[in-house]
Amino acid sequence: MSQAVIGQRHEIPDLHYLNNGHTIASWLLTKDHKRIAVLYLISVSFMFFVGGLAAALVRLELTSPHGQLFTSEQYNKLFSAHGIVMVFFFIIPAVPAVLGNFALPIMIGAKDLAFPRLNLLSWYLYVVGALIVLTSFILGGVDAGWTFYTPLSSIYSNTQISLCLVGLFLAGFSSIFTGVNFIATVHKMRAPGMTWFKLPHFVWANYATSLIIVLGTPVVAITLVLVILERTLKFGIFSPELGGDPVLFQHMFWFYSHPAVYIMILPAMGVISELVSCFSRRRLFGYEMVAFSTVAIAAIGFLVWGHHMFFSSQSVLQGIIFSLLTLIVAVPSAIKTFNWVLTMYKGSVVFTTPMIYVLGFIGLFLVGGLTGPYLGAVACDVHLTGTYFVVAHFHFIMVGGAIMGFLGGLHFWWPKMFGRMYSEFWGRLSALVVFIGFNFTFFPQFILGYLGMPRRYHYYYFAPEWQIYNILSSAGASVLAIGYLMPVFYLTASLIKGKPAGPNPWGATGLEWNKTSSPPDTHNFHEKIVVTEPPYNYDAISDNRDYRKMWGGEPLEWEKETV
Amino acid sequence: MNLNVLKYFPLMPEQASDEAMSYDHLYWFISGLALFFGVIVVIMTIWLAIKYRRGSTADRRNPIDHHKGFEALIVSSTMILAMFTFWWSMNEYVRYRTMPTKAKEIFVIGKQWMWHLQHMNGIRENNELHVPVDTPIKFTMISQDVLHAFYLPEFRAQYHVVPGRYTELYIKPNKTGRFRILCAMHCGTQHSEMVGWIYVMSKKEFAAWEANGGNKYLPIPTTMAEAGKRVWDTKGCNNCHSGADTFRGPSLAGIYGTTRQLDDGTAVADTSYLRDSILTPWRRLTKGYEATMPAYQGQMTEEDVLNLIEYIKTGTNTAEPGKLSPYSVPSPGGTRFGPTRVKSATDLSNENDSAPMTQAEQGAERR
Repeated sequence: MSQAVIGQRHEIPDLHYLNNGHTIASWLLTKDHKRIAVLYLISVSFMFFVGGLAAALVRLELTSPHGQLFTSEQYNKLFSAHGIVMVFFFIIPAVPAVLGNFALPIMIGAKDLAFPRLNLLSWYLYVVGALIVLTSFILGGVDAGWTFYTPLSSIYSNTQISLCLVGLFLAGFSSIFTGVNFIATVHKMRAPGMTWFKLPHFVWANYATSLIIVLGTPVVAITLVLVILERTLKFGIFSPELGGDPVLFQHMFWFYSHPAVYIMILPAMGVISELVSCFSRRRLFGYEMVAFSTVAIAAIGFLVWGHHMFFSSQSVLQGIIFSLLTLIVAVPSAIKTFNWVLTMYKGSVVFTTPMIYVLGFIGLFLVGGLTGPYLGAVACDVHLTGTYFVVAHFHFIMVGGAIMGFLGGLHFWWPKMFGRMYSEFWGRLSALVVFIGFNFTFFPQFILGYLGMPRRYHYYYFAPEWQIYNILSSAGASVLAIGYLMPVFYLTASLIKGKPAGPNPWGATGLEWNKTSSPPDTHNFHEKIVVTEPPYNYDAISDNRDYRKMWGGEPLEWEKETV
Repeated sequence: MNLNVLKYFPLMPEQASDEAMSYDHLYWFISGLALFFGVIVVIMTIWLAIKYRRGSTADRRNPIDHHKGFEALIVSSTMILAMFTFWWSMNEYVRYRTMPTKAKEIFVIGKQWMWHLQHMNGIRENNELHVPVDTPIKFTMISQDVLHAFYLPEFRAQYHVVPGRYTELYIKPNKTGRFRILCAMHCGTQHSEMVGWIYVMSKKEFAAWEANGGNKYLPIPTTMAEAGKRVWDTKGCNNCHSGADTFRGPSLAGIYGTTRQLDDGTAVADTSYLRDSILTPWRRLTKGYEATMPAYQGQMTEEDVLNLIEYIKTGTNTAEPGKLSPYSVPSPGGTRFGPTRVKSATDLSNENDSAPMTQAEQGAERR
């Protein structure tokens, strides 16, 4: 058990992974998992702002029922660009490739990932994929939405879909390589004493995610290839005019893309488990149940893809079975939520920036999760499928959940990554602004969906009553944009002006905080690691007592007893 | 405060059928559950975060890090509520997907970017539909190009309109008025303008509207079956399919609804079977016949196919081989062995359609 000693001065160590080589080649040819994580951080942040720009333009356009800025064709390309960039180039890689790459090997006491070259190749594939996709946008864009439903995408659309799909195919291999790397690392490179049930939850979550990636991504990769073949060589697989079946595409697409939702959210859940435990100074409530529910979500997640096709000529029996399986997901999700909240019970809760993100995550994930049964209950889905209700629901999960988790984790590991503290004031403020802006943006969309506004609509002059909610949503989006831009400034500023953080600014347990410097050495550890402590070995009572003592508080009666 | 402000913040769409009302019951039940759990978690979070903030004097002795009873309570209560929701929704869904046996039939063809709606008696409408109140309406739908979704928010009804296969949907309006038809599946550039209106009229008004021939610009409606007979004659179907089974092809008289003996197994001759047998006859051959019939895939519009099926359904197609009906248009030769493209009756009437073709439609036509 280690304690943060407040007021102590720290120095940045002389040699660490960031200053071990200053040439561009030393970065672009690095095999260090931490440097690759930094490269990923730069590239996914860039893609996040590309996707965010598209989203901002979409929201701007929707303030008026007649549209004002764009033609319908441009509008369709904008929302497609938003979806493609955000899903494939931000949310899927964000937590595993940035935070996972950085922290996972250190957390299990390894020097690096199992395959450092493969790790670097995976970043290059990501970059090449991203450049190809951006090129396809510049050459004319893509208008079929991020789901690429056939036959619109395969026969009818005259946009740069083939090129874009090549980029996504490469990005898919980038995630497969990261997944393979994590699986091998967790199996083979744990330090002595780091048994499976001493693994931090973040490692569990990344491990489960990697399994899903390795099992699911090849399916969508080959589906995308088939769409390219149908576009270019007129293979008759998905288009009925060529003898294919358009619903087959949806099955193949969602067989991956539903589990992909869990690829996006599980690592974020892992981050939340770390954070809530650290800032409550308590072992995670129900460690085994949370681990079990992670596995359950990953397993059931593979069996529910059919709920995307409830009303696309699937049989009634199929609809019933997929609805049943979907509603069962409510159980592990509820277990997780209650256990996170209960971790604070008898804890010593510290409201740092990461903790504010955790509380925001719980609130947003709660709304996202509780609106799941509306869509999973097949009869209730009939009116809501294809509307803004769905848009709001998955943004609460994928943005409210995954991005809050990512930002929380980034603020948590930032001092470890760069050795300096950011401004707590701006950090907390930005977390609050993101939370408020997010709710303003997406809550009105639930009502819009129930009122019947289909997603991907450009004009809605035939339903003027939808405008008020669209304006509310767009106003919220501008607040949200400010919330997302703020960290760019204060985090960048912290690199230069930030106070040196010292090895363990949060007083956290875990190898990355207690056995490495901030920033860590290129080889992570200076000593041989042997793990003896159980994970999350926090002590709320002494933490709280020390804190009160520091501020001159007298020991309480019951504290004297326990001492 | 003036409560009239609330009228600018509508919270639910109008209910135009009994089904919409029972849908809303389910919707509000799930909302109640969500609110219940949501409030519990939010209160717990705030309470625990404040009570156990660092520096508070709350008693922290004997902490626990798991509680089997509590976990069991969460698992069992969410499971029971989820299963109850499932059971309710399943019953609702089965009822919703069971088509009424006696209903007014409307045929829907989705195309980029308009809804084409056709009544049995031949009245054709684009992006608007007139129906009588208190009458079950059954839609048989197909797309001519990409995926669409026929979405009627005031009836809480939606189903995808898929190219290459028929899908079904029904509604039973319980009030008169004007309600929206939307497309809820992204279908290309003008997706958001693929919208229209359903006019639900009193039965009396509807009868008058119908007697008047519906749309003014199509003064003499031909029933779908009649239009189908023209297709039948133009394509020369009775060269092979006559009153009795011949060596060329089986008789189609009274075929609808019967069970057909195929080379491998059996099939019920429903709408989808007839469609398949016209467009890709080699897929489901009647036992004893060779695959000699030309495939009409790509040779006929979806509208012609629907009309032809309606004609076959009447069971009156028993014309003697080679004998042409008075409706038939003399074809410029070759119809007997190959589907030479001739202008069908419906193509001709298309030209009278007052709705001008959009550029996009012309594009789709060329394709």
